[in-house]
Amino acid sequence: MVPVGAGVVALLFCSVLILWAGGSPVEAFELFIKGSVGSKFALSETLTRTIPLIFTGLAVAVAFRAKLWNIGAEGQLYAGACMATWLGTGMLDLPGWLMIPTLFSAGALAGGLLLLGPTLLKNWLAVDEVVTTLLLNFIVLLFVNWLVFGPWKDPMAMGWPQAAPVVDSAVLPPLLAKTRLHWGIVIALASGVIVWCVMRFTTWGYEIRAVGNNRQASVFAGIPVNGVIIRTAFISGGLAGIAGVSELCGLKGYLTLDLSPGFGYSGIVVAMLAALHPLGVILAALFVAMLSIGADSMSRSLNISNYIADVATAVSLLAVLVSMMLTRYRIKWR
Amino acid sequence: MELLYLFLETGFWAATVRMATPLIFGTLGELVCERAGVLNLGIEGIMAAGCMAGWTWVYFGGDLWTGILFAAFIGATFGLLHSLFTVHLGLSQHVTGLGITMLATALSAFIFRMLLPSATTPPKIIPFAPLDIPLLGDIPVVGAVLFNQSPVTHLALFAVIAVAWFLRRTPAGLALCMTGENPMAVESQGLSVFTIRTLAVMFGSALMAVGGAFLTMSAFDAFYIGMVNGRGWICIALVVFSSWRPGKALLGAILFAAFDALQMRIQQQAAMIVPYQFYLMMPYVFSIIALIVMSRRSAYPKALLVPFRKGER
Repeated sequence: MVPVGAGVVALLFCSVLILWAGGSPVEAFELFIKGSVGSKFALSETLTRTIPLIFTGLAVAVAFRAKLWNIGAEGQLYAGACMATWLGTGMLDLPGWLMIPTLFSAGALAGGLLLLGPTLLKNWLAVDEVVTTLLLNFIVLLFVNWLVFGPWKDPMAMGWPQAAPVVDSAVLPPLLAKTRLHWGIVIALASGVIVWCVMRFTTWGYEIRAVGNNRQASVFAGIPVNGVIIRTAFISGGLAGIAGVSELCGLKGYLTLDLSPGFGYSGIVVAMLAALHPLGVILAALFVAMLSIGADSMSRSLNISNYIADVATAVSLLAVLVSMMLTRYRIKWR
Repeated sequence: MELLYLFLETGFWAATVRMATPLIFGTLGELVCERAGVLNLGIEGIMAAGCMAGWTWVYFGGDLWTGILFAAFIGATFGLLHSLFTVHLGLSQHVTGLGITMLATALSAFIFRMLLPSATTPPKIIPFAPLDIPLLGDIPVVGAVLFNQSPVTHLALFAVIAVAWFLRRTPAGLALCMTGENPMAVESQGLSVFTIRTLAVMFGSALMAVGGAFLTMSAFDAFYIGMVNGRGWICIALVVFSSWRPGKALLGAILFAAFDALQMRIQQQAAMIVPYQFYLMMPYVFSIIALIVMSRRSAYPKALLVPFRKGER
C-alpha cells in the first residue's frame, strides 16, 4: 500500500511539471504505460533495467538494516565491473559454466573489498561512512575513467573510451530472443530470495537485524558487533559488485563510463520503497525501472526533458518516507 | 624546488581564495545545520539548485545581486522541505537528505532543459567582475589575494565572521548551539526546538545555495549539469575537519582549496608523468584523509541525527 501511495504522489507531482512544460498529463501517462509495459519490447526493456536495480537495491537494503549507511553502491558496482573486465577479457580461459560464476564471485569480492575500507574506518575510528562511501564513488569513477581512456582502452573501438569486450564464454546468454533481456534477471530474482532467507531464517540475518535495531543490546547479548558490520559490508558491497558484473556480462559486454546511470543511487530509492525488505526490493526495482524506461520513452514522444524520470524517482523516495511514517499512526476506536 | 616558489606567488593564493569560496559557503551552511542537530545531506543538490537558480535569474534579465538572493531563497525552500521531513516528522536525516539531493539535482536539470531546450552550447551570462578597490587593492600581495576578488568572495569571508559572532555572542546563536547539544534544555527554556532547527536548516541551506550560485555567477559564466561535482560532500567532510567551528571551517576550506590549486599547477607542469585523472581524485582523497585525521578529536553535536519529539524523555 505504502509504495503505491508514493507512486501516486510522484505521478501527480510530475503531472504538474508536464503541464508546466506544455504537455497533457493524460497523454503523458498513456505514453508512459505504453513505453514501459505496453509491448513485448517495452516490457523486456523494463525487466532488463530491473536487474541492476534489484542488485543495488538489495545491497542498500542489507546495509541499511544494520544501520551501515552504504551510499557507495555506485562505486562498488564499477569495482565489480572492473574486476570482471580484468579477468574476463582474456586473462582467464574457462568454459562458460565455470567462467560466469568465477566472474560473479570476483566482482562480488571487489565490491565487498571496496566497502571494507569505509567500514573498518567506521569501526576503528568512528569515521562517518556516509561521506567516505560517497567520496569513494567519485574516486572509483575517475579510476574507471583513467582505465578506459588509458591502459584498458580498446584499440578496436574506433577511439571510443571503452575497454575490450569480455570473451564469449563470459557473456550471459539472452533469455528471450530479439530482446536485451538476459539471464541476469534469474540471478537477480534468486539473489532476492536468498537474501530474504538469510535475513529471515539464519543467525547471520538475525545478527544483522539485531545490530541495526539496537547496537547496545546486541553488545550485551554477546553479538560481535564489529564483525557483524564487516560481514554486512561484504554482503552489501558484494551485491553491488554483482550488479556491475551482470551489466557488463549481460548487457553492455564491455566496460564504459555509462555502464551505470546512477544505479547505485537509485538502489537507495529501491531499498527505501521496499521498506528494506529483500522480496519487496524486487517489486520496487520493477517500479523504478518502469519509471525510468517509461518516462524515457514518454519524454521523447512529448519532447520533454528525460530528467523527469529522475524527478519522479526522487519524489517517490520522499513520498515513501512520509507515508511510512504515517502508517505508524493508527486510528483507535474505543 | 620550483614547487616552493609557487607558494610565494600571488596568483596562486588568489586562485586559492577564489576556489575556496563555494566551499566556505557550503561548509558554513552545513555547519549551521549540524550545530542545530540536523545533518543536511541535501547539500549537493541544494548547491546544484543554487547554481541553476542564480544563473537562470540573471540569464532572464535579473541583476546579479538579486540573482544571489534568488538562489538563497531557493536554497531556503529546499531547507524548509528538509526540516519539515527531518525536524517536524522526525524522518531519517540520512535518507531524507539524499532524497533532497536527488530531487534538487533532477529538478534543476529538468527546469534548465525545459527553459532552454535548444541550447547546444551552454549560453553565457556576464558574471561578477573582480572588485577594483582603489587603496586596498594596491597593497602588494594582500591586495591581489584578498581585495581583487569577486564581491561574492567578500560576502563569504563576511559570512564566516558573522556566523562565528552569531553562534558565540548572541542569545539566538547560543540557543541554536544548545539545540544541537541538548534540545530538552532548550524546550525547558520555553524556546521551540522545532522553530530553531527549521530556521537553522533554512539559513544553512540558503548559504549552500549561494555557494552554488558562486560557481555559475562568478567562477564561470555558464551552467552545466553536474557542475557541483561532489563539492557538497567535500563540505560535509570539511565540517568534521573544522570540529564545527566557523573559523576552522574557513581555514579548512582555504587549506583544501590550496591543495586543489596546487594539484592543478602540478598537473600543468608535469602533466604526462601521472595521468590527469589521478590529480582529479586528489580533492576526494584529501577529504577522506581529513576525516580520518580529525576523527579522534571530533566532538559531534550531541543531538546530531536525533529527532526531537516533544514530551518524550
